[in-house]
Amino acid sequence: MIADGVIDLGWVFDHLGDMWEASVEHAVLTGIAVSCGLVLSVLLSLIALRWRRTYTPITWVTGILYTIPSLALFTFLVPVFGLSLLTAEIALVSYTLLILIRNIVSGIDGVPDDVLEASSGMGMTARQQLLRVQVPLALPAIIAGIRIAAVTTIGLVTVTVLIGQGGYGVFILRGIRRQFLTEALVGTLLSVALAVVVDLLLVGVGRLAMPWARRAGT
Amino acid sequence: MIQFLGDVLGYLLDPSNWTGARGLFSRIWEHTSISGLGVILAGLLSLPPAVLLAHRRRGEFLAVSAVNLGRALPSFGVVGVMFPITLSIAALTSPLGYWATLIALVLLAMPPMFVNAFTAVRDVDDSLIEAARGMGMSESRVLLGVEIPLGLPLIMAGVRTAAVGVVATATLGAVVGYGGLGRYIIDGFAQGNDVLIFVGGLLVALLALATEVGFGWLEKKVDPLRSRRIRPPRIPTLRDTGIRTHP
Repeated sequence: MIADGVIDLGWVFDHLGDMWEASVEHAVLTGIAVSCGLVLSVLLSLIALRWRRTYTPITWVTGILYTIPSLALFTFLVPVFGLSLLTAEIALVSYTLLILIRNIVSGIDGVPDDVLEASSGMGMTARQQLLRVQVPLALPAIIAGIRIAAVTTIGLVTVTVLIGQGGYGVFILRGIRRQFLTEALVGTLLSVALAVVVDLLLVGVGRLAMPWARRAGT
Repeated sequence: MIQFLGDVLGYLLDPSNWTGARGLFSRIWEHTSISGLGVILAGLLSLPPAVLLAHRRRGEFLAVSAVNLGRALPSFGVVGVMFPITLSIAALTSPLGYWATLIALVLLAMPPMFVNAFTAVRDVDDSLIEAARGMGMSESRVLLGVEIPLGLPLIMAGVRTAAVGVVATATLGAVVGYGGLGRYIIDGFAQGNDVLIFVGGLLVALLALATEVGFGWLEKKVDPLRSRRIRPPRIPTLRDTGIRTHP
């Protein structure tokens, strides 16, 4: 499809090792962000579910964080934390919060009342209800949120090269500096590929975690 | 910290930083003009096919692909790929980085606009469309007079999402040599000047938030049902009537 000379396949084969290294870096940056984001989101969701009035301010603040462009968010952190991994991760984590909290809370809210009544009729305590009824039934929404958060984060990690981090952004930035299409394209396509792979992995995790959903044919 | 914020304020209050070709006014104009143009072009390219396909109940697969592609494509990568491509086309080389940024903005703004407009028209209540047809409306009247007005809030929500993304991505134009507010951030990084970095970030953040709030206001404004006390009656679904969908 692409004419010879436009894409330098020789460069691609010479840099397979670099690509692997960048993939690991990219996956690690993403993994840290999504797992920290998930822990924080679960805590904030529990607060929002326990004290209803906190839900609006929580979505407000996380909504503002979500709206602020990544590069701008980095700049607010650079004066304090410098061009560091911490700066990158704080910004990346803050982007996952809105997506995850919204899905966790609406997933748990979506559990039908009659199911809750049945479980309390069975003598379950509030904690048992949450862990054995609400969370399992909210799992499809929660996993959908994790998928969106992970795919979005993978795209955003490419920008962290501008504050000195690694990953596929390194290829993109070098491609720009050298005006070398192959390198920029490799960085972009690898990022898309990682997003697809991670998304499929999470679908698989969801299936393993929810055997009942598969039986119901959904 | 206080000292630092004072420096930032001092920079913003110095009139000489606002005027001139590299001043804040011209950077803000560079940023907003390319963003506005990007949103308009993306709207022209994505909204008509979206509403037409949705009206004909086609293109479901395209819509799903657009959602996934829109999310997985890294904006920085698209800018980065467009830069060498535009430089290889003589007509697109100047001003430096402008065309690469603009094309990237359009490409990235299209998926959210397409998806929302498609969903908006597809999800208009079937009974309303049948009523419109029963009244003798032509297909184009149904689309223009019923489906699009009722779907407008959701269509505008897509435009808002796209516009906020465009404002964010326009910042990256500075990496490929275009101006805009990203210039302060990128130059600040290069010079190790935290005040410059912060000024750029602050203005980009404010611009993005203003875009979000402004389009959010517009979204409410265009809702044809906003002032009606009587909303279209909700058709009872199986769940509402108490009939169990499965035993």
